[in-house]
Amino acid sequence: MSGTDGASLKRTPLHDLHLSRGAKMTPFAGYDMPVQFSDGVLKEHLHTRAAAGLFDVSHMGQLYLRGTGAAAALEVLVPGDIQGLAMGRTRYTQFTNASGGILDDLMVTKGEDALFVVVNAACKEADIELLRAGLPSEIAIDVLEERALIALQGPAAAAVLARFAPAVEKMKFMSSIEIELRGVSCNVGRCGYTGEDGFEISAPAGEAGSIAEALLAESEVAPIGLGARDSLRLESGLCLYGHDIDEKTTPIEAGLQWSIGKRRRAEGGFPGDAVILDQVASGAPRKRIGLKPDGRAPAREGTRILSSQGNEIGTVTSGGFGPTVGGPVSMGYAVREFTEAGTPVLLEVRGKMLPATVTALPFVPQNYYRG
Amino acid sequence: MSEVKFTEDHEWVRVNGDVATVGITEYAQEQLGDIVFVDLPESGAELAQGDDAAVIESVKAASDIYAPISGEVGEVNDALDAEPAIVNQDAQGEGWLFTLAISEPGELDNLMDADAYKAFVAKL
Repeated sequence: MSGTDGASLKRTPLHDLHLSRGAKMTPFAGYDMPVQFSDGVLKEHLHTRAAAGLFDVSHMGQLYLRGTGAAAALEVLVPGDIQGLAMGRTRYTQFTNASGGILDDLMVTKGEDALFVVVNAACKEADIELLRAGLPSEIAIDVLEERALIALQGPAAAAVLARFAPAVEKMKFMSSIEIELRGVSCNVGRCGYTGEDGFEISAPAGEAGSIAEALLAESEVAPIGLGARDSLRLESGLCLYGHDIDEKTTPIEAGLQWSIGKRRRAEGGFPGDAVILDQVASGAPRKRIGLKPDGRAPAREGTRILSSQGNEIGTVTSGGFGPTVGGPVSMGYAVREFTEAGTPVLLEVRGKMLPATVTALPFVPQNYYRG
Repeated sequence: MSEVKFTEDHEWVRVNGDVATVGITEYAQEQLGDIVFVDLPESGAELAQGDDAAVIESVKAASDIYAPISGEVGEVNDALDAEPAIVNQDAQGEGWLFTLAISEPGELDNLMDADAYKAFVAKL
């Protein structure tokens, strides 16, 4: 419980704002990040689902890929249909390896003269290396170092952001525009990681603090830490890289087949395509599932999943308490025979076999804007 | 008259004759944040000082609670099954965890009194 030496950690452009608002800070992916503010994880989670939460996600990697044929070039590294992206639209995809495992997951947006890519903080150095090695030299990789990323999430997010830029209110889900917020040119995408409607605002580092403060001054908005970010995405059935997906899991095992377009399934041409397309055709040997413990004890990452007969069938990859569900929720992988919703299983928590039920994901309905 | 002692792991022990009531301190509940589940020991379990005695789960993580002194578990606070947040609301009162029939009273001498614990926390 002792304090952490934040000296060697990187800081985001919103670091001072976090401290001034009483955040409890924690090291995350090499950054000194707010895990919670004074309200605590539970209230922050519920506030985001009820109104709007502001998250600092500036630790994530933001980059532009520029040059003729950037979309086709990127498709050599990811199974997503990047060439099929319409102007201003965003798609979720993964960097895969030769065995079909996931090296990172990412968002790709088609802009006027570049692809805008957002990757996970912990993977960004490796991703940049992967891009440098995998893209032809005429595609420029422009890593945005002096840029913040602010997520505004929740049912009130659109109404709040529209007070600064009315055009955002009618933006389609998974689309992006260049727009001025308080006189500063920002890239605003309608997407997020909470299961709620919301936006991610890419802003210049120098102006990000004042934009965040202006949003926080709106009555619906509260600052939210990484703790609630994790419980929100877990309830919404969204994967956390390094936990629910990694280089040993394929997009099909992870239930992400929806992110592989029809053309890519037909043509292949991405790392691990043989493995992944075989799993598309005949099913994966194991699948990501939701789990609801019947009792109150949370089953966290690493918990063994057993059949009611006591045979090991899988492992929990994320688990905790779902504040909106009002009880414990987990995600994990199980062999195919045990992945149907309603299947009773056992979770080994501290040596005890606790009954649980395989549950469809997400645990709470996603509340995305469908215009 | 009861005496309250504290451990460096932020447990408190209230001694009444040969029975000790055990809980976590106000400082500990604040550090843990919203408590969502408390896994209590079985009544009758024999615990040695420092043994794993209980687990407190907050939204974020699970934390082990150790037996501050040796003894046999008597009562456990069943109210926490339905409402674990009592530990947040009243850690050093209604949020007690379990009682112990004290088997090694001498162990109490190694624990901190209220002033020593206050000084200990101030340095964290």
